[in-house]
Amino acid sequence: MDETHETLNSELESVDKAEELALRKAQSLGLDEDELAHFGMAVRECMVNAVVHGNRYSQDKKVHLDIERSPERVVVTIRDEGSGFDPDSLPDPLAPENLMRQSGRGLLLTRTFVDEFSLNSRPGAGTEVRLVKHRAVA
Amino acid sequence: MSVKLTSRQVGDVAVIDAAGRITLGEAASHFRETIRDVVNKGNKKVLLNLSDVSYIDSSGIGEMVSGFTTVTNSGGQLKLIGLSKRVKDLLQITKLYTVFEVFDDEAEAVRSFA
Repeated sequence: MDETHETLNSELESVDKAEELALRKAQSLGLDEDELAHFGMAVRECMVNAVVHGNRYSQDKKVHLDIERSPERVVVTIRDEGSGFDPDSLPDPLAPENLMRQSGRGLLLTRTFVDEFSLNSRPGAGTEVRLVKHRAVA
Repeated sequence: MSVKLTSRQVGDVAVIDAAGRITLGEAASHFRETIRDVVNKGNKKVLLNLSDVSYIDSSGIGEMVSGFTTVTNSGGQLKLIGLSKRVKDLLQITKLYTVFEVFDDEAEAVRSFA
């Protein structure tokens, strides 16, 4: 298993960097082009959340990115240093009254595009998400 | 900026041709401003051509929704053409396929405007 640890600034360039890193690691999973692109998007969406909503672009706050690769899966963990939030407070982007909202779809896409997803956040303690993508089934 | 946006007229339909990546940041803002400019010029029929869009994230999708609202609030219609499979998938997942009228052919799309 190989591990990558990055401490990233709270800026959009970090989103691109994290997506590229995750895609590079996931190349070995034998995923097709669409699955790979979707996985990259999931990482991207979570990085955006960390930079924009968690750390609010603060130069004083970092995003911690960990990527573990084994022959059978890739695990990406993203942790911000923000204020945390109550995940139950998020509106459902698929509810009819929310369909036309400008934002709020990132986690929906993330959950759809990975095999396992978990989110831990508490007010005052930052947010950590864990994304797992398994090797393609032959 | 990673998105290129140009607009042209096909009769009374304003076509916005997008190329590149529409993601959070300058690209998504540019996308929003372009749709707004087209509406501010009095266009009521707007066709968004995404044939050359290689990537769109949830922020880009959000700007499409925002553009749709801007156009419809001004009494107009916004429709889409040239969606790749990946963009179609995103619209399916987010249930926005029920909101946008999508076409594969520009001529057919232009004819569809009332």
